[in-house]
Amino acid sequence: MQKVYSKIESISGNVITVKAAGVRYKELAVVGSRYGSSLAEVIRLKGDEVALQVFNGGRGVSTGDEVRFMGEPMKVSFSPNLLGRIFDGSGRPRDGGPELADTMVEIGGPSVNPAKRIIPRNMVRTGIPMIDVFNSLVESQKLPIFSVSGEPYNELLARIALQAEVDIIILGGMGLKYDDYLFFKDTLEKGGVMSRTVFFVHTASDPVVESLLVPDIALAVAEKFAIQDKRVLVLLTDMTNFADAMKEISITMEQVPSNRGYPGDLYTQLASRYEKAVDFEGSGSITILGVTTMPGDDVTHPVPDNTGYITEGQFYLRNGRIEPFGSLSRLKQLVNGDTRDDHRAIMDGMIKLYAAYKESLEKKSMGFKMSGWDEKLLTYGQLFEQEMMDLSVNIPLEDALDKGWEILGGCFEPEETGLRSDLIEKYYSSKV
Amino acid sequence: MINKVIGVSGNMVSVEYTGEATMNEVCYIITGDKKLKSEVIRVKGNVADLQVFEMTSGISVGDTVEFSGDLLSVQLGPGLLGQVYDGLQNPLPELAEQCGFFLERGVYMAALDDEKEWEFNPTVEVGARLEAGEQIGFVKEGLFNHWIMVPFQLEGVLTIESIKEEGKYSLNDVLAEARDEKGNLHQLSMVFNWPVKRAIKTYAERLKPEETLITKLRIIDTFIPVAKGGTYCIPGPFGAGKTVLQQITSRYADADIIIIAACGERAGEVVETLKEFPELIDPKTGRSLMERTIIICNTSSMPVAAREASVYTAVTMAEYYRQMGLNVLLLADSTSRWAQAMREMSGRLEEIPGEEAFPAYLESLIAAFYERAGIVRLKSGDTGSVTIGGTVSPAGGNFEEPVTQATLKVVGAFHGLSQQRADARKYPAIHPLESWSKYEGIIDQQKTEYGRSVLFKGDEVGQMMKVVGEEGTSLDDYIIYLKSEFLDYVYIQQNSFDPVDAAVEPERQQHIYDIIIDILTARLDFDGKEEARSWFNRVRQNFLDYNGKKWNSDEFNDLEKTISELLDDKKIGVEADAESLWAGESRRG
Repeated sequence: MQKVYSKIESISGNVITVKAAGVRYKELAVVGSRYGSSLAEVIRLKGDEVALQVFNGGRGVSTGDEVRFMGEPMKVSFSPNLLGRIFDGSGRPRDGGPELADTMVEIGGPSVNPAKRIIPRNMVRTGIPMIDVFNSLVESQKLPIFSVSGEPYNELLARIALQAEVDIIILGGMGLKYDDYLFFKDTLEKGGVMSRTVFFVHTASDPVVESLLVPDIALAVAEKFAIQDKRVLVLLTDMTNFADAMKEISITMEQVPSNRGYPGDLYTQLASRYEKAVDFEGSGSITILGVTTMPGDDVTHPVPDNTGYITEGQFYLRNGRIEPFGSLSRLKQLVNGDTRDDHRAIMDGMIKLYAAYKESLEKKSMGFKMSGWDEKLLTYGQLFEQEMMDLSVNIPLEDALDKGWEILGGCFEPEETGLRSDLIEKYYSSKV
Repeated sequence: MINKVIGVSGNMVSVEYTGEATMNEVCYIITGDKKLKSEVIRVKGNVADLQVFEMTSGISVGDTVEFSGDLLSVQLGPGLLGQVYDGLQNPLPELAEQCGFFLERGVYMAALDDEKEWEFNPTVEVGARLEAGEQIGFVKEGLFNHWIMVPFQLEGVLTIESIKEEGKYSLNDVLAEARDEKGNLHQLSMVFNWPVKRAIKTYAERLKPEETLITKLRIIDTFIPVAKGGTYCIPGPFGAGKTVLQQITSRYADADIIIIAACGERAGEVVETLKEFPELIDPKTGRSLMERTIIICNTSSMPVAAREASVYTAVTMAEYYRQMGLNVLLLADSTSRWAQAMREMSGRLEEIPGEEAFPAYLESLIAAFYERAGIVRLKSGDTGSVTIGGTVSPAGGNFEEPVTQATLKVVGAFHGLSQQRADARKYPAIHPLESWSKYEGIIDQQKTEYGRSVLFKGDEVGQMMKVVGEEGTSLDDYIIYLKSEFLDYVYIQQNSFDPVDAAVEPERQQHIYDIIIDILTARLDFDGKEEARSWFNRVRQNFLDYNGKKWNSDEFNDLEKTISELLDDKKIGVEADAESLWAGESRRG
């Protein structure tokens, strides 16, 4: 039986308290105010005092409003009908379609038993050379894109969504600009992948707290698809907004903040989401790509810092390109050994030369004299940036490796490449 | 007696109790059809605050709570080796069999198989007078004689009144009866419980850690060694290779038993160990590495309170095996996550926060944990040791933060990882100048000091060269720079993918370090920087090949000859500051 209470004891920020009995921790309630009803979640029990976070925010909530407890925690409907649909942060349709209520599944469920995980072994091809060649994405990997506001990280995510070899794509948007939401929608519709995509989008104009649910809903749905043998790619943008929403709630709840106002359990909270990335033994998988914008481009800020400790590498997106330095896919060794025999050599060799190019560039800017070798490196560096690093480059891995040899052949003598002789014999052709 | 939940906040539950409540007592919260394990962490009047080892959703005010009367304990007995447990000693593979992909809450399983039979060999007779921790017999557990001991909590001297003969028994069979000084009769089996937060102290005395624990990593064994029974820490920013370093150590370290406490880190990394170890053969014993390993695995997405317990679970097992005269290495990854778990609880308890909101008692808890390491002499005269190596994940990679600082105060060696070295792909990325150790290594200290001084001076020259360029550097300085680069490349860095270079035996370390010292101390005759650089490049190339060759193989000896010829070609004497190094030793080359 649903219990209704009509006396709200306190309203502070997005947190309200009511006196109620028999309420369960994490239970859901509906708060009906004259500006419409909102979901709320129980976040603290203390005697008969129940604290709830109101997902639509505390604005306009009156002490006389009704609080109706639902007797169960937050759930989301799971069925193939989800595909092609767009929902908001609380799981309500945003696309004008019907509400779904069949097979409700709990969100934020238990963690996967480590004994049931397997060592990842499949590459997820994206058609982006900076990923495929240099930092391959691996099925079941969790990888953030570290970036700053203004960078085309959403464009990058959309491209990956279009091209990645996966069965299902789930987009979780947190504090997404409305334009960006429409951009995702248009791009995926035009690209013809909408039919295997689910959107859970919280936009910047929605109440902040609502974004807290997005990763959990998206991942709960992903998990269900994955145990039905589907390879699922979850795109989360932007996790910094999620962390900020958490900060807001914890400050309202008068919890002791740890670093820059973020709650002490920031690491745990982020980890419990990212750790949903998994390759199930004998079943499907979840791969997570999240965007983490770094306030002030500072990687030691608590959000990117904690994220870095959780994820298996990171991509740095700077000046519209995936930086070769700092970017790292920790799992790439598991998959790039059996793609093509020159894959690892090209990956290391081209980066070493690019690093040398950077040094020459620095020397040049300081007015040192350029040697013949420096000149070669300068040509190489420019070619590398144009033909490999540019985000518009869109070629399969094999073509990208060929392109690599083409660039090397166009700039260097064979022994200058620093690559193994057997590979040079097989792939190198000079165009100097 | 009725105990009721009166509040829930995160993973903390407040309970109004009647009767008695003990600190660290285990309780079960009954919610729906589940019993959720929890631990008393504060008592105030008739309210006890519990940290719950499971997700707390669904708990309601008024739910019943059972107090078990026991402290949070682990089960100690044969069969621990090779197991994969969560922080509360639930066997994860068995849980997977029962519950499938997910860790259902409220499911607890026996840590040890009570049906398996073990071959018991008694070593004492009726009438023997024993104290806690002394052996009454043993069973064969893999490679080791697993001692069956008088349970650690029994006090005073006990007299054995009966003991079973040699034969097969299962875990809970009574093997002996012993009467204590007060006249109480105790039945002894192979297994007993011990509270994890109390150190096991049933040894005769603690000794000073002196013997080096060989890790087969050159930089560690030579420059910043670890001692059996000592402690060390590995702080480093993310991506610097802490976990990889721990994985390598767990493979090659010269310990009888390795206990890996994966505490609040990525599940994927544990999975690598989990799946690879059973396949890997320990060259020393010819058996699978898993047979000497216990994994305690409480990864970041598993409940945070159990993470706090997991390091204690691990160290208790380590102490238990030490009590059998074995050398145990405990690798905890990462202690920062453990500290964060304490911070979360402290926040929920609304304690006054210390620095960065860590609790004020953080330092003393970290110290108490590392102090459980040590080499001890047992009452039988054998010695056993527990060595603890913990990684630290400092926020923002900044070593000034509280956990790193508190750890540095109590450990015997510091292996600091550096982002610059990791970025430059220099592995292991331990910083050779910032790191230190108070223990003795496998190489004469004078020689290692000399190596360090070359690194130090080389680093200075390198800094200077960034400003004045190569042209502005004198040849002598440039040679020092090249020497330090050389030492770094061929000795400090180590290729963990190369089957030979990945693990270097101490004899080989001593042998090649002598050659290196020879090169470092040599006065070399070069016409200019160009020549110096190309000579060092050649020596370096040969040395890298040399590092990849099997010890004492023909190729190994040939390369050694090439290197020594290269050196003889340019050597015109010994640097003045190195004269004393060779005093009393026959000079080489």
